[in-house]
Amino acid sequence: MYAGFLASAASSGTDLANASAWAVFLVGAAMILTGAFGVILLRNPVHCALMLVITLFGIALEFIDQSADFLAAVQIIVYAGAIVILFLFVIMFLGVDRREAAGPEATKFQKPIALILGAVSLVEILILSQVDHWVSGAPSVAGRLDGPGENVQKLGQSIYTRYLLPFEMTAALLVIAVVAAVVLSRRQQPGASELRAADKEKLVVGPGGAE
Amino acid sequence: MGDPLFNNGLNLAVWLILIGKVLVVFLIVLLSVLFMVMYERKAVAWLGVRYGPNRAGPNGWLQSLADGTKLLFKEAFMPRAADKVIYRIAPYLMLVPVFLAFSIVPLGGTITIAHHTTRLQLADPPWGILFLLMTSGVAVYGVMLAGWASGSKYPLLGAVRATAQMVSYEAVLGLTTATVVLVSHSLQTSAIVAAQHGGFLYKWNVIHTLFFPFALFAIAITAEMTRPPFDLVEAEEELSGGYNLEYSSVDFAWFYLAEYAALVTNSAIITTLWFGGPDGPRIAGHSIGPVWFTIKVLIILYIYVWIRATLPRLRYDQLMDLGWKRLIPGALAMLMIVAGFQVVPTSTSKSRIVRGFLDREWGLAAIAASFLLIAFLWRAIDVGHGAAASDDAYDATFTTEVDK
Repeated sequence: MYAGFLASAASSGTDLANASAWAVFLVGAAMILTGAFGVILLRNPVHCALMLVITLFGIALEFIDQSADFLAAVQIIVYAGAIVILFLFVIMFLGVDRREAAGPEATKFQKPIALILGAVSLVEILILSQVDHWVSGAPSVAGRLDGPGENVQKLGQSIYTRYLLPFEMTAALLVIAVVAAVVLSRRQQPGASELRAADKEKLVVGPGGAE
Repeated sequence: MGDPLFNNGLNLAVWLILIGKVLVVFLIVLLSVLFMVMYERKAVAWLGVRYGPNRAGPNGWLQSLADGTKLLFKEAFMPRAADKVIYRIAPYLMLVPVFLAFSIVPLGGTITIAHHTTRLQLADPPWGILFLLMTSGVAVYGVMLAGWASGSKYPLLGAVRATAQMVSYEAVLGLTTATVVLVSHSLQTSAIVAAQHGGFLYKWNVIHTLFFPFALFAIAITAEMTRPPFDLVEAEEELSGGYNLEYSSVDFAWFYLAEYAALVTNSAIITTLWFGGPDGPRIAGHSIGPVWFTIKVLIILYIYVWIRATLPRLRYDQLMDLGWKRLIPGALAMLMIVAGFQVVPTSTSKSRIVRGFLDREWGLAAIAASFLLIAFLWRAIDVGHGAAASDDAYDATFTTEVDK
């Protein structure tokens, strides 16, 4: 939390600010990697989900290191506070957590393909990091990070002025998704009348027949 | 903007002050829990016309200390089916967010220690109020994992209930907090307090935002920390204790501590967001922010005890109905209405009413739209209830048919 303060105290010594920025980066990177390996290597789904939380916290730390405070907070609120909670919720509800392994692997070719794709993307990132200006588009649209105004203010201004249409479209898309989720989940339940008709058949067999 | 402590860079004195502040905040929360447990027991006893604890210490005020000490020396055991690591971590996961949340609460003005001026506030990040939402989001893990890791049925049921409840009410919490941010023009807690400064009661957010957002916030934060009447997470009659059923000794003490620390912290946050924090009249020319702050927190804490002594527990479906069908639409509508009034009027008329209502078309449109939204939702809820009622009617006819 004090990373921002440390960075803003740069007037006294840029060395200290640099050192603290590096320290935060290293801690964040360690968390991300630990979490990522944990997600892959641990057996219990609940442990995996918790490792994912560690990764998310690491990413939030890196965001703070980049002075993207709002993103860091949203990262925790939305991903750690809601999405992983829902993962855990589903895991607990379905009771898959007590099963040691899911038997023989459902798709045998999954592992080699995952390895190949992982290697390809790693090589890709390494190559791209050596090429200058590989990021398409402007590095910053809301102005300089150390310019006037706060991070949240700049973000809000660019969302509600320049990027209003994409923002509203995203909102509409999410609403549609929510409505669709409700509709689909309601439809998959057996209809009330069907269930009762079956019950009724059972029940009219006779006294003592179905009870 | 930030704490003046950091204006001259970091040196040893600054570090020492910082560490001192961390310890002080930690102790404030810890001691306030000891106090709160007694405060609640005394107040509940008073409301129930009983004596309450009156043996340990003067008038029984050391009872919570005695209970705590006893709890620490009890045998700690772990169920065999428990997930060992998570079972041990869960109490701390619950404790840490509560203490963190208190760090953004402004307790008063500034204080000067050894030529270093610093705020009476541990941390004052520019995104302060998001930090609060962050801690309340993370606090769910403690409850959820405690219930799951116990490897037992009842705690799991309690945990599932608690998680659903906390996640549901977090949305209301966020929306009503956004209302405060709208009128304060800042996410920083110190700025939110500063914006309410300058008029006892009149400028406080509770009045400034037309009261309703505060009411919604208060309900949501009560549900968030599973206080009565939203305490079906630990309904003794149904779950024989809830998520912390399998915990004993120190680990149980942590849960107990976290629960009451959350109560104190959230009361402090309510004070900060809605009641001007340390704002209040000066006494004999001295600014006594921390005193006002303490008085406000004590009043809110008493109201919590009062609610606990008065209101019966909600049913689970009532809880979900209230959260999703009443509070969330209500919070959304209030957000729009407050936002509507925030639109700067273009009129230069001298009359306050004219300036208040005319020439802010967008603002009025937002207000009208929110009323429309409420009307639609009301209708939708009615339709839903009608469908449910016709189902019930079908059930009723069917039962009589069979009974014949």
